[in-house]
Amino acid sequence: MKQLITFIKKEFHHILRDTRSMLVLIGLPIVQLLIFGFAITTEVRNANIAVLDNSKDEVTQGIITKIESSQYFDIDRSITSNDQIEKAFKSGKIKLAVIFQPNFQNELSHSNKAQLQIIADATDPNQATTLTNYLSSIVRDYQNELNRQNKLPYTINTETRMLYNPQLKGAYTSVPGVMGMILLLISAMMTSIAIVREKELGTMEILLVSPMKPWLVVISKVIPYFIISLINVATILILSVFVLGLPIEGSLFLLIASTVIYIFCALSLGILISTVTETQQAAMLISLLGLMLPVVMLSGYAFPIANMPTILQILSNLVPAKWYIIIIKNVMIKGIGIEQIWKELLILLAMTGTFLIISIKRFKIRL
Amino acid sequence: MNAIEVNNITKTYSTKKNTITAVDDVSFSVSEGELFGLIGPDGSGKTSIFRILTTVLLADKGTAKVMNLDVVKNYTSIRNIIGYMPGRFSLYQDLTVEENLNFFATIFNTTIQENYDLVADIYKQLEPFKTRRAGKLSGGMKQKLALSCALIHKPKILFLDEPTTGVDPVSRKEFWEMLKRLKAQGISILVSTPYMDEANLCDRIALIQTGKILEIDIPQNIVNRFDKNLYAVKSKSMFNLLNDLRAYSKTESCFAFGQYHHLVLNEEHPDMNELKSYLKDHTELEITQIKPNIEDRFMQLMRK
Amino acid sequence: MTSEKEIVIKTDNLTKKFGDFIAANEITFEVFKGEIFGFLGANGAGKTTAMKMLIGISKPSSGKATIAGFDVYKETEKIKKSIGYMSQKFSLYEDLTINENIQLFGGIYGLSDDEIEKRRSELINKLNLQNEADKLVGSLPLGWKQKLAFSIAIFHTPKIVFLDEPTGGVDPITRRQFWDMIYEASHNGITVFVTTHYMDEAEYCDRVSIMVDGVIKALDSPAELKKQFKANSMDEVFLMLARDAKRGE
Repeated sequence: MKQLITFIKKEFHHILRDTRSMLVLIGLPIVQLLIFGFAITTEVRNANIAVLDNSKDEVTQGIITKIESSQYFDIDRSITSNDQIEKAFKSGKIKLAVIFQPNFQNELSHSNKAQLQIIADATDPNQATTLTNYLSSIVRDYQNELNRQNKLPYTINTETRMLYNPQLKGAYTSVPGVMGMILLLISAMMTSIAIVREKELGTMEILLVSPMKPWLVVISKVIPYFIISLINVATILILSVFVLGLPIEGSLFLLIASTVIYIFCALSLGILISTVTETQQAAMLISLLGLMLPVVMLSGYAFPIANMPTILQILSNLVPAKWYIIIIKNVMIKGIGIEQIWKELLILLAMTGTFLIISIKRFKIRL
Repeated sequence: MNAIEVNNITKTYSTKKNTITAVDDVSFSVSEGELFGLIGPDGSGKTSIFRILTTVLLADKGTAKVMNLDVVKNYTSIRNIIGYMPGRFSLYQDLTVEENLNFFATIFNTTIQENYDLVADIYKQLEPFKTRRAGKLSGGMKQKLALSCALIHKPKILFLDEPTTGVDPVSRKEFWEMLKRLKAQGISILVSTPYMDEANLCDRIALIQTGKILEIDIPQNIVNRFDKNLYAVKSKSMFNLLNDLRAYSKTESCFAFGQYHHLVLNEEHPDMNELKSYLKDHTELEITQIKPNIEDRFMQLMRK
Repeated sequence: MTSEKEIVIKTDNLTKKFGDFIAANEITFEVFKGEIFGFLGANGAGKTTAMKMLIGISKPSSGKATIAGFDVYKETEKIKKSIGYMSQKFSLYEDLTINENIQLFGGIYGLSDDEIEKRRSELINKLNLQNEADKLVGSLPLGWKQKLAFSIAIFHTPKIVFLDEPTGGVDPITRRQFWDMIYEASHNGITVFVTTHYMDEAEYCDRVSIMVDGVIKALDSPAELKKQFKANSMDEVFLMLARDAKRGE
């Protein structure tokens, strides 16, 4: 036990004394996440929209004035028909259109209900979601104001339609994607480099000759990166909830438990890489080309898997991050429980087991 | 019981194009408490022999025992009783002197305090720098730290692979003095070196070249086996002297040896006056018959 | 050496500081054309630092120095063209053949193709490498590599060649063959500036300087040094000087 603790302490010395690896380990996740967060929040100011008011009454005018006074939207007054709206979307002139039903105020006062349609250009799903959310909340605000004066509550139904990408695939992928990538980077790449460094320095030779069991050496290499990965998970989640405003819909426990399984998977992959490489450079290359690229290209993080050629779709099944991103999207964004994701969890566990078995087979008690 | 026994060990490495025999049918033994030296240049197979004996490398053929334990079957027991200092001083460059020693003590299940007396002698010289990172130490200091780390668990046998390579003469001298004191405490030591002058400091030596052992004996006997007349020759112009001596019809070999050239003649009773008259153009000429040293013998064996 | 010696290296109070640490302290010496100059010192005495300043890859903190007539502050590019350098660690590209290495270094130093070809065949014949010329350098024994590395370091006939521990770990016969090549180069007018840990090699030098704790403690011919320190060998001289070294660094 004392061997283990001393060893882990030593690993932390290595990490803490190397500013570069510290930056990669702690700084990169934050930067990555904030870049995505920044991209989400900047582009919604002064978005061009069209308003088609088929009612032209007091209430619709009130809502339009509210929309106009917000800093998020600029209303293009030249658009006055459905045809024009369609053209404007196609030419990219507008990002969003609001359509009031005819007799809006009448409906509202007679049946207490009225229809409002929001159409958004979802080719950029993140932006489309943000814009519709803003618009819905403006309408909701107005509805609340109305209700303060009325005894019977009015309901303004907003019907949202996403053009071009109706299921909003790719939306909210940045946080799960960043998690899938960062955890793999830290766990797999940094662990493999840390183990291979001992080989390169020649210290592995002494460690092998010592009474310290080789698997203990590996465990002590892995634990510090496991801890750092957990810290990163916490940072990413806190940032995504409080800075990016992405709520955790499902169970936090399930989210963390599946993340731990994913970290194990990545760590075992790191160990596997360390058993097949002799130099830090080789370990880094394999990690980058063999892990990072597939995560970015094949996990569904940057490009929807459904749009890939069949061969790549099949290959994407081999990428652990794909399964992890599915799990996280389901738990975090859709709030789904274990009954829907146990298959993906099992796949991750099976992968971890396979990597570990190959590593144990390949791990040399000799040079 | 012998501390080390090596029987007909062979080790080859294969690359895409060719196979290199690093260790070629090597046998030798080291008695308990002996300071045994493997003397040979880089690439002669010394490191492979060390790795086979420290159980981190498997031989292709042959057997080897350390303290009567087989290097293949009983490798875990061997790893508990040996101290090993690999060719490059394998220290953690970003840990301090003290942290390095502490670390190695712990992984060998001991503490610095427990065996302090064994390393005290060496470690005292390092203590003023104990908070300095190992990467910032000079070669001599690194060497001392690496030795302390290899000694900290009080091993029965010490394996030192080229501990003095790249280290200045002062540190080398100090290092051999330390080895003598360790030997006095009953530790068996196997050491390798490319410096021939260090051979005399060992109890017994094996001369090794391209994976083959040329000769094993105590240094004195090895020197005695040099069976030719050897002369140290010196003159004002050493470069011309070397060329002239090599051109001399009765010269077997002539090499520069510090301030003299060592000349071996191919006759049993050479005529010195003939040589002197051959070299009459040289001023300040000095010719003396001398006793050979290990390097002379090594070179003689290499040429065979 | 004749009386009107041409000076090829001249340093005047050359100093290099790293923060408070004075790695090389007011070094002053001269090296003459065709001389074999041994540059000795204990580990950490400042040899490497001094050598780096002389070959123009490290800027001195103060003092003056000229190499082959060029200033170490302003004319480092000219210095690099007039010197050759060989270190123990890196000498040749192991994954290129002997011919490719020669062509590469010939090209780096701007020799014409005809000139490279002429010198290349001379060199291959001299080293008896006709059968190996198209083999990878990595497959050669260490001793051959070092001899080849030296030949390539002087391939562009530099004024001075700097050798940093060229013979470490080399077998005794090759080591001497290496020194034969050094003698020959010096005979042809190339100045040789060499560091070594083999004290017998110090004896082969025309003059030797010994550095201790950043300062040159002694500088003379081996014979004079031995006389001065009443020693039998350079080894003893070195031990006498370096034993009192204070620096742990």
